[in-house]
Order: sequence, then C-alpha cells, then structure tokens
Amino acid sequence: MQPGFKPPGSGDFIFQPIFGHSLLATKPVVLLFFSVILISTFFIISARKAAVVPSKLQFAGEAVYGFVRDGIGKDVIGEEFQRFVPFLFTIFTFILTNNLFGVIPLMQFPTMSHIGFPVSITIFVYFVYHYVAIKKHGLGKYLKDMCFMPGIPKPMYILLAPLEFLTYFAIRPLTLAMRLFGNMFAGHLLLMLFTLGGEYLLGSAWFLKIFSAISFSLAVGLSFFEMGIQCLQAYIFTLLVALYIAGALADEH
Amino acid sequence: MTGTLSIVGFGLSTIGPGTATGLIFAAYISGVARQPEARSILQPIAFLGFALAEALAIFGLVLAFVLK
Repeated sequence: MQPGFKPPGSGDFIFQPIFGHSLLATKPVVLLFFSVILISTFFIISARKAAVVPSKLQFAGEAVYGFVRDGIGKDVIGEEFQRFVPFLFTIFTFILTNNLFGVIPLMQFPTMSHIGFPVSITIFVYFVYHYVAIKKHGLGKYLKDMCFMPGIPKPMYILLAPLEFLTYFAIRPLTLAMRLFGNMFAGHLLLMLFTLGGEYLLGSAWFLKIFSAISFSLAVGLSFFEMGIQCLQAYIFTLLVALYIAGALADEH
Repeated sequence: MTGTLSIVGFGLSTIGPGTATGLIFAAYISGVARQPEARSILQPIAFLGFALAEALAIFGLVLAFVLK
C-alpha cells in the first residue's frame, strides 16, 4: 500500500529557526539580511571606479539605475521626479533581489512570500505618498480633491466620495501588499508542487516514472517562467508606487 | 479524494481576471502595432490595468487559503 501524496500547502512556508530559538533567525530573515548586503556590495563596487567609458560592472549598475530613473521615475512622476528616484530605486532593487531568491538554487525561497515583508514596505510607501500630498496641498485640499473630483453631477458624490476615500486609504495599500505576496506565494507553491510531485512519482510503479520526468522538466520550465514573474512584480510594485506619488503631486485628480 | 472547495472557488475566480488581462494586453499590442512611438506612454497604462485586474485573482488566492 503506497502512502498517499501529500500536496504542499501553506504549512510549508513556516520555517524553524536556523540556530537558537529566536524567530529572528529563520530562513526568510537571513535571506533578507543577505539581500541587503548583496545589493549594497554590488552597487558600491560598480560605482566606485566610475569612469566615462564604463566597465562591464559599471554598465550593469547604471543600466538598472537608468531603468528606474527614466522608465519609472521620469515617465510617471514628471518634473519633480528627481527627489523620489532613490526611494523608487531602493524599493525596486530590494524587491527584485528578494524575489529572485525564489529560483536561485540552494536558497529557493522568495522572501516576499511571507506577508510581513510586503506589508512593511507598503506601510512605508503609504506614509510617503500621503505625506507628500499633505505637504504639497494641505490636508483639507487633499481630502477635498480626493473625494470630490470635478466634472461629475452633484448627486453622484454620495456614491463616489466614500469609494474614492476607501481607495486611497484602504484598497491601495491592501492590493499593493497582497499582489506581491500572492504572486510570490503562488509561484513558490507551484514550483513545490511539481518538484514534490516528480519526487513522489519516482517512487511509484515503473510506468509512472515517465510522468516523473515530465513533472521535473515542467518544474525547470516553470522556474524560468517564475523568473519573469518575479522581475515583473518588482517592476509593477515600483510602477504603482510611482503612480501613487504622481497622483499625490498632481494638482487635479 | 480530499481537499477544500475553496480551491475550486479560486479556480472560478481566475476566469474574470484572466479574460481581463487578455483584453488589456490585446489592446496594448494593437495600440503599439498602430503607433510604435506610443509604446512608452502605453506601457505604464497597460501594466497598471493588468495589475488592477490581477488584484482580483490574488484576492481569490488569499481567500482560498484563509477560508479553510
């Protein structure tokens, strides 16, 4: 009698501490600290010997920076983009590195598939875009612009004002955090399913071993697909942050 | 056979966002095909629409795991 296949679930995302009993030493936290070291080392080394004719490393570093500054910052925020570039750049590289840990062998765990990490980034973003708007327009005008957009028949405001208010204060941060978390969680679950499934089929009857090979090759193929998703999610998160900041700075909503 | 019905619910909840994402990128592709120079303007809009449509599928996924 074969023991039944146990599919991976949310329980597989809970790790025991690597050393000691402190919850600060679990795998996601260690990966998080490692990513910070990795990012800072890479960009310090790539920018230290900056020259007019760039080396390969400097070129790689500047390509990432240029992508965030021009592709996200300048295109979306507009003329005041320069002071938000460090913020956007930090968010982009941080999320990208932590996401890509999901497909790098030996690590193979996207840090952002624990809801706590996206939530803490989102809380930071939440305060930044409200602060920027209140500083520029003042609290009263900000709330008025938010809830009562011009050019709409008066009775519609009964319906629209609460909806707009909710969008700014609840739905935006909620979706921002949940999108990143959900994508990373689902992606990691998918990879786990095909890998564990292949392993299980390997131990069953001989004709099922063919399907085990299919399952493993699907896991490899999906890893590349997942890499695309991980880059896309880092881009989308940064893009949405830039859009929220642009909305906060705009004179008319 | 064991499992929760929530996962089936999640499967159903992806139909809408899946269709929506397809429509958004179809419009984006035909827009770029007609006017290739409009690409940089259309790209953030397309991804914003994609992200908003996809949020619904993500809600389905989260609820499927929350409501055991």
